[in-house]
Amino acid sequence: MQLQHLLGIEPLHPHSITAILDLADYYADQNRTGVRKSEALAGCTQINMFFENSTRTQASFEIAGKRLGADVMNMAMQASSIKKGETLIDTALTLNAMHPDLLVVRHPHSGAVDLLAQKVNCAVLNAGDGRHEHPTQALLDALTIRRSKGRLHRLNIAICGDIAHSRVARSNLILLSKMENRIRLVGPATLIPAGIDAFGAEVFHDMEEGLKDVDVVMMLRLQRERMDGGFIPSEREYYHRYGLNAAKLSHAKPDAIVMHPGPMNRGVEIDGEIADDLNRSVIQEQVEMGVAVRMAAMDILMRNRRQAATEAQA
Amino acid sequence: MTSLRITNVHLVDPEHQTVELGNLSIKNGRIAADDPTLPSFNSQGKYLAPGIVDISAKVCEPGERHKESFRSAGLSAAAGGVTTLITRPDTNPAVDSPETLEFASRRAQATCAVRSYQIAALTKGRLGKEMTEIGFLQDAGAIAFSDCDAVVTNTKVLARALTYARQLGALVIGHPQDPGLSEGAAATSGKFATLRAIPAVSPMAERLGLERDLAMVEMTGAKYHADQLSTALALPALERAKQQGLDVTAGVSIHHLTLNELDVADYRSFFKVKPPLRSEEDRLAMISALANGLIDIISSMHTPQDEESKRLPYEQAASGAVALETLLPAALRLYHAEQLSLPQLFRALSLNPSRRLGLDSGRLSLGAPADLLIFDPDMPFVLDRFSLRSKSKNTPFDGQRLQGRVLATFVGGKEVYTR
Repeated sequence: MQLQHLLGIEPLHPHSITAILDLADYYADQNRTGVRKSEALAGCTQINMFFENSTRTQASFEIAGKRLGADVMNMAMQASSIKKGETLIDTALTLNAMHPDLLVVRHPHSGAVDLLAQKVNCAVLNAGDGRHEHPTQALLDALTIRRSKGRLHRLNIAICGDIAHSRVARSNLILLSKMENRIRLVGPATLIPAGIDAFGAEVFHDMEEGLKDVDVVMMLRLQRERMDGGFIPSEREYYHRYGLNAAKLSHAKPDAIVMHPGPMNRGVEIDGEIADDLNRSVIQEQVEMGVAVRMAAMDILMRNRRQAATEAQA
Repeated sequence: MTSLRITNVHLVDPEHQTVELGNLSIKNGRIAADDPTLPSFNSQGKYLAPGIVDISAKVCEPGERHKESFRSAGLSAAAGGVTTLITRPDTNPAVDSPETLEFASRRAQATCAVRSYQIAALTKGRLGKEMTEIGFLQDAGAIAFSDCDAVVTNTKVLARALTYARQLGALVIGHPQDPGLSEGAAATSGKFATLRAIPAVSPMAERLGLERDLAMVEMTGAKYHADQLSTALALPALERAKQQGLDVTAGVSIHHLTLNELDVADYRSFFKVKPPLRSEEDRLAMISALANGLIDIISSMHTPQDEESKRLPYEQAASGAVALETLLPAALRLYHAEQLSLPQLFRALSLNPSRRLGLDSGRLSLGAPADLLIFDPDMPFVLDRFSLRSKSKNTPFDGQRLQGRVLATFVGGKEVYTR
């Protein structure tokens, strides 16, 4: 069964993950040369529908689409018809009638992108749904790790911070487990969701212990806008116990890399110096890989779509 | 009044916990001594049981008649073998005054095909601030008092309402959920909720709510029924209260008996109910509690929702499912799985709710009202939700294979449904 939508990491087979990463590797190299433009998505219409504010992800998808030659359109959904009471399904049907080839969707509710994908004829790419999944983020993190560590298996990886409210954590946990890495989750008990041990990860509440001998330290943003009250006593106590600084990082392997999906709260979950340390931090490379991974994912979805159309005709 | 003799029928008797092939005679709307002179009807070995008394169904009158009216609910109930429909007061406006109650019961009398009694709100507007006119409401026919899923958080208000209700001998139906923990929840916390990232509540919220209510019952001496229990964690508290001799009973919804959290799968909003579906372990614990009598009553928790309120992302979609017509076929899954016998099922569907509400139906004894259903427990079918008589079609059983169908329903000896 060929991939028709990219709604999450959960349904992906490890082979599909590797295929996306291999193609993304190619695009990453191409993006570094002078000739960045290709024609893979020429004539395709890509609509970015963001029901939740985003600057970085939306820009990344827009650049990725444009480099592949797609006609890209951005819709700021918060300012539009949903304010007038239109339901998600009606919005989807309206856009569907304009015959786009690809919808890139971000929505504040878990499962909303799945629902939308059931109602439209085009390919749907999940750019983050509630706390559920953010598949391209996990793929770009995987590509960054693979390029800097030379492999994507048998690594010790610590995901640190606000696991409960993070779709990035969920997608990464699923992807990195599928690729046979050892995952540790580090954070205060109030930010670790129930039943997470069933995913095969080890949970640590002490950060120094959790970072001991890891190859990758993946920090998460403390999502202040998701906090409906009192998960942590204060930001300064959080920084003291779970903020990444040189002292805590010294427990990891000497060549451990530091990742962050951005945007960072410097001084809340990460010390500014660590974030800027070119020997440890791969945060800028993550952004770079973001464009490459999104190009690869969109390219594959469009190829599958064309192939399905050809098969349907035959 | 019709007189009739049904012959060659398996009589499912929940009072004596027996199933026997025999005959049943009806005279003047009541079950009479066997009389071979009556016009007889040979059922060809089908099954006959006392009609279902559904203790908690929502009919959306007053307020949202487009979702369900007494007429459509009555037809649905008759087709589902429900002969007594007890309706909830969580309408808009709430049934919280003798005037609104009079409206609802008048609509019921005029249009509902089966018997119907109304539960009235325990507090005005179900806001948990002031008790309703419990005495007037009781005089006007309120069969019990409940704020449904709006838990009375102020224990002083609750204590006074329970005390006043006790003085009148009125039954109070509670919703055992801690409102703080369960706020905003759409799933039960655990692996599935974490995987799907749905806001979730610990099953402990149910025990907290139940323990609080039971302590209040011990304090006030009120007559109390917990509308639905769904978690194994809450059962020891219930058992203790019963051993202690408190006047307490408990129910479970058909959905918590036959579905679990994994049925939500890819955010299927027809599976969103309140409290949310639980783990398989909890479901099995509910079945054993029913079998040993700790849980007394199975209810439909019939909650009609229109298409639009379910066509939303899971978190935003409305809770509830229609169940009047699927109640029996779904419950028969437990019979076919050999988890409950037919008399055990009808004890929880008919006899116990009738007794708890002070009615005299739910039995096959001489003189009992001829509120009956004839059914075939084995007849298979695939449910098409648009075939339901309910105005709302939000059933989680759409497209599922079910086994067991109602063939005829009698209320007071009068046939109100024939297949």
